[in-house]
Amino acid sequence: MALLDIAGLSVRFQTNSGLFTAVENVDIQVDHGDVLSIVGESGSGKSVSMLATMGLLPWTAQVSAERMAFDGQDLQQLGSRQRRRIVGGEMSMIFQEPMSSLNPCFTVGTQIDEMIKQHKGGSRRERHERALELLAQVGIPDPARRIKAYPHQLSGGMSQRVMIAMAISCDPRLLIADEPTTALDVTIQAQILELLLKLQEEKGMALILITHDMGVVAETAKQVIVQYAGRQVEQQEVRSLFAHPRHPYTEALLSALPERAAGQTRLPTIPGVVPGQHDRPTGCLFNPRCRYATEHCREVEPVAAPDDPARTLCHYPLGRPDAEPSSGPSPGVSPETSSPLRPEVRP
Amino acid sequence: MSREAVLRARHLTRYYEIKGGPFSKPATVKALNEASFELFAGQTLAVVGESGCGKSTLARVLTMIEPPTSGELTINGQAVALKPGQRPPAALRREVQIIFQNPYGSLNPRKTVATMLEEPLKLNRREMSASERRTAALEMIEKVGLRPEHADRYPHMFSGGQRQRIAIARALMLNPKILVLDEPVSALDLSIQAQVLNLLADLQEEFGLAYVFISHDLSVVRRIADDVIVMYFGQPVETGPAETVFSQPRHPYTQALFSATPVADPNRRRERVRLKGEPPSPLAPPPGCPFAPRCHRATEACSRTDPPLEPVDDAVSVACIHVETRASQAAS
Repeated sequence: MALLDIAGLSVRFQTNSGLFTAVENVDIQVDHGDVLSIVGESGSGKSVSMLATMGLLPWTAQVSAERMAFDGQDLQQLGSRQRRRIVGGEMSMIFQEPMSSLNPCFTVGTQIDEMIKQHKGGSRRERHERALELLAQVGIPDPARRIKAYPHQLSGGMSQRVMIAMAISCDPRLLIADEPTTALDVTIQAQILELLLKLQEEKGMALILITHDMGVVAETAKQVIVQYAGRQVEQQEVRSLFAHPRHPYTEALLSALPERAAGQTRLPTIPGVVPGQHDRPTGCLFNPRCRYATEHCREVEPVAAPDDPARTLCHYPLGRPDAEPSSGPSPGVSPETSSPLRPEVRP
Repeated sequence: MSREAVLRARHLTRYYEIKGGPFSKPATVKALNEASFELFAGQTLAVVGESGCGKSTLARVLTMIEPPTSGELTINGQAVALKPGQRPPAALRREVQIIFQNPYGSLNPRKTVATMLEEPLKLNRREMSASERRTAALEMIEKVGLRPEHADRYPHMFSGGQRQRIAIARALMLNPKILVLDEPVSALDLSIQAQVLNLLADLQEEFGLAYVFISHDLSVVRRIADDVIVMYFGQPVETGPAETVFSQPRHPYTQALFSATPVADPNRRRERVRLKGEPPSPLAPPPGCPFAPRCHRATEACSRTDPPLEPVDDAVSVACIHVETRASQAAS
């Protein structure tokens, strides 16, 4: 049984102009020690589906799911008090803006302490010791001094380290990181990603990394889910995703990467924009921007083929993955290890 | 080759004075230190570095929003000598235009696209009639890939990529020679980013524009830049042709920066040049080389001297005492 098991998750928002479907029919399975990346552009619903899992959405959101279980417990059935015990403790989250996620009025120590007090308890001295230990663990120099610092005294990278310290303070089994490095510089980003992966390995946590950066995906994830306009368009092991994307959107996204278009005078682009609330096309949501779209795509909404391990949401998935690893999530198994990637060009 | 540079900077420096308060002493922040380069028509010069390295200060000095503290700036063969508080001549201001990172903040929400595009003409080209201005605006709207019916819409009706197109159109209304692009695509999604980069390449070809492209995204820079300046803590640490700098980075910071950038290729696992710590505070600069506290090659000598930018070969200059330069070759 997977640690986090979500099937058919949909999130709708009540807005002034009617019901808006932000996320539809998303399936996520994460096991102990997995690193899953959810990648997509803005508006793809990648954050919303995770906020729904954490139960952090405002009351205007209508969350429904066929199955939404953490460690065998049905999250939808739990009362708010019981759910509160899981959220923050066994399942915790890091957000994009470290500067605005911390409370400016309290010291770093107080905020970490609050977390431990809520979920683990212990005497004041024990909690203080634990907070110091955590700060050292996330690589903050001179923890005894920093524990008394207020958030404005810390840089962006340091604030994110404090957020990570808070998130791992109760030894969670699942850590969700929502664009943890988007607001940071590249050299700091490399430090933070390295720290997250190190902690994930040491503690055997499952890690869900939400990002829009294909480079971050390639360097960190084992499994990848690609989302577009609130739908999950495909899910694959990272190497085969980059080598054999199944959905035309993934293929187009990868070929729009500047480093993959070396030698071409112009970058291949995806025409148009992600559809918003009012301009949703009929049929496949990607059809107006898809180079392979047919009449069928414009009329009929695609469903994933039941025998497709990638669960590609497309009528005409791109080429059969010839060297697929034994189906399903099996991190570590890689079909080819040395062949350099070439941008996929379809005849 | 005797090409005339459209923009030439010699030892450009910009300091900010910080007034002391009851609890603090006055201080000087060296936001930009000794930047020298040349920019030619139809070429792209990329400025890369992390936040706080002086990229945006450089943009402000080049666009004459602020005067340099010292150093010379020559635009189109004409020296810009500004005293504090003095406005640069209008003729020069027309030659250099700027595009900002955030297209949500840089467009006036209460003006239509056409009004925004006509405004520079109204101020600078008094002889044009209203209908001529309108025609010029519509032409530009089509050049940047928008449709004529967009002319009378307001910024909130556009997506991020379209807004950046409007900002580009507005910058081009006075036919500038130089565009300063301050992180023009970093607020955009990947699929939109490619569209805007292609548009910039098209416009550069059509108008022979020179770009100063400020960015932290190295994959974008590698793609579009002819020359590159790597900056750290207000100082250029390595300059040269983009291909050479990317394939053979010499300064330890450049090496670290390049190796920290994630590459979208899961089959490539590289050795990282690890960087310890964070950039120093501009109020308390470390002695000697500002990069020394984070550098993996730092020795004791590094904290004694602040190395100047010195040519390594005909094209590349590096500011590091551990890199063999022409001067050190001559000395040994």
